[in-house]
Amino acid sequence: MTPTTRTSLKGALLATTLLGAGAAQAQDVTLTIESWRNDDLSIWQDEIIPAFEAEHPAIKLNFTPSAPAEYNAVLNSKLDAGSAGDIITCRPFDASLALYEAGHLTDLSDLDGMSNFSDVAKSGWSTDDGSATYCVPMASVIHGFIYNKEAFEEVGVEVPETEEEFYAVLDAFKEDGTYIPMAMGTNDQWEAATMGYNNIGPTYWKGEEGRTALIAGEQSLTDEQWVEPFRQLAKWGEYLGDGFEAQTYPDSQNIFTLGRAAIYPAGSWEIAGFNTQAIFDMGAFPPPVPAAGDTCYISDHTDIGIGMNAATEHPEAARTFLNWVASSEFSNIFANAIPGFFPLSDAEVTLEDPLAQEFISWRDECESTIRSTYQILSRGTPNLENDTWNASAAVIKGTESPEDAAARLQDGLASWYEPQQ
Amino acid sequence: MAQPSKKPFRWHIAVFLAPAVFVYTAVMIYPLFNTLRLSLYSRVDQERVWVGLDNFRTLFGDAIWSEQFWNALGNNTWFFVIHMAVQNPIGIALAALLSSPRLRFSAFYRTAIFIPTILSFVIVGFAWKLILSPIWGIAPGMLDAIGLKFLYAPWLGKEEYALTTLSLVSVWQYVGIPMMLIYAALLSIPDEILEAGECDGITGMSAFWKIKLPLILPSIGIISVLTFVANFNAFDLIYAAQGALAGPDFSTDILGTFMYRTFFGFQLQLGDPHMGSTIASAMFGIILIGVCIYLFGIQRRLRSYQF
Repeated sequence: MTPTTRTSLKGALLATTLLGAGAAQAQDVTLTIESWRNDDLSIWQDEIIPAFEAEHPAIKLNFTPSAPAEYNAVLNSKLDAGSAGDIITCRPFDASLALYEAGHLTDLSDLDGMSNFSDVAKSGWSTDDGSATYCVPMASVIHGFIYNKEAFEEVGVEVPETEEEFYAVLDAFKEDGTYIPMAMGTNDQWEAATMGYNNIGPTYWKGEEGRTALIAGEQSLTDEQWVEPFRQLAKWGEYLGDGFEAQTYPDSQNIFTLGRAAIYPAGSWEIAGFNTQAIFDMGAFPPPVPAAGDTCYISDHTDIGIGMNAATEHPEAARTFLNWVASSEFSNIFANAIPGFFPLSDAEVTLEDPLAQEFISWRDECESTIRSTYQILSRGTPNLENDTWNASAAVIKGTESPEDAAARLQDGLASWYEPQQ
Repeated sequence: MAQPSKKPFRWHIAVFLAPAVFVYTAVMIYPLFNTLRLSLYSRVDQERVWVGLDNFRTLFGDAIWSEQFWNALGNNTWFFVIHMAVQNPIGIALAALLSSPRLRFSAFYRTAIFIPTILSFVIVGFAWKLILSPIWGIAPGMLDAIGLKFLYAPWLGKEEYALTTLSLVSVWQYVGIPMMLIYAALLSIPDEILEAGECDGITGMSAFWKIKLPLILPSIGIISVLTFVANFNAFDLIYAAQGALAGPDFSTDILGTFMYRTFFGFQLQLGDPHMGSTIASAMFGIILIGVCIYLFGIQRRLRSYQF
């Protein structure tokens, strides 16, 4: 082949490729989705994307997750460079709010599907005054207690509903001695706050009522309803295993799934892992109420949202997709594929996993709220969330009294948060 | 007298130095000065503004910051004290034993004691967490076997023991370094001196105290300074064992973890590169002062012996 023909052949090939790409673009729109959920890659590729593309053949989806720890940094630099995908998976609260304020996320308040979500569900991705919502709420995690059904039968105790019954059950296990009553450690600190304080707390501060009053400055952390959860935690110490001070989160998970402990203060994200690890039957119960007949409150914490890059070239296609994410069809696929991450829409969802069913059933009986420290209150220094970890762990260990811990948190919050001054 | 002809500029020196100077500047000098520079700025409404020494005023003047800073500095000092009081004497003792000509298998001991030094801190942190774990660990069982179970406590989870425990883990890991340096110094002492001492009746322990120790003092000085710099820059072991919050209740928080938490943020706490740099600058200052005290106060008084 002479050099000339070779060049022209190359040129021809190049031209065909370009033409081909051009032709494909005219027909189809491809939306790229940014996410940190690389665990869910196969679920997106095998279930979610085919379901969507079957309904909307003109829109193709490309799910491109990055590592969770790097996501925020990677996304920020991609957005600044203009190379980010069309659809952005949103972290709750301040991280996404900062993106919205910097003009990277579009206001989606007028999206049809938004009417499927309650204000609590939207709170993770709304401006402080609630006027604009910039991400479609996708999934939440619910707190409660997972228990070993076989252990309960063996020791002959019933699932507790009230505080009194809860401690009676713990006492029964302690007396029996076969099982550690409750599997939790304070070494990593966050379990004490997330699965302790924010799990049982809403029952005392009455969920949203207390949480919004705290943000508005009408209640303070030293009020009775905010100190009481710490008093409860202070009682937990004696029911945790020997040396719980040095017990880590994976230790607790293993102790429970090996069948050595009876009760595990949990978040619903444990369901998938526990199902594969534990060989006994598990059940779940919501945080016990102070007296029989009281309203129960659960922490139904918004965790994943999904929004639209303001710089996308295909805003119409992106909106079509987001509307579909807000539909019950998506909710059903997602909830069953990843048990433990519950859809936030009001649409009816049928779950197959019994443990996940148990968790989601509390939404009908109890009032939902989110973790008290996440919205607005952890913006300053000292950071309220980090302080709550520390205080909850100290109270469980008995190195700080509930009242002192609450006073310390209040002082820290009041030092920078005006409504609390 | 004829003037010697002017030597040509020796380009090869510059050429050979250039790669090292370039790499060192790019990875050490530039980041150092940029960190110092960052500490003089702050972010206000998405803009970086010059604030002079305001960040330092916050760090030392604001109770929220200064409390954490002094706590971290205090813990760091304790971390250093343990190393100086435990690691270096043990290192010297081991080196003295190893250099004894009558010791058998000394190469084996030397290697065995040095190996932890080359292990990753992640492995060391994880292994010791498991050993000391109240649930799966072998520490409670071993103490039980010799009837000392009552001595066991979940050390890493108790405010009063956690830092000391981690310091000792770090000592276990790094004791090989002073041992090797002192061992080398001991080997370099000429036999004639020791033999001359023997003629004067100085043998055994007194040979160590009166002849060897004075001769290895400069090495001990260098080891102290290395320990000081390494301890005040420490971060990895605490992070691997206790996480960025340096629990329980910040009792193991040292300057490195405090800086990391502030600079990169943690959980809901957003990162603040400017305050983080301020802490890093303070660490730099502390280490600089410490090293200067050593260089001007101690090293100049050490006598060197010519053999």
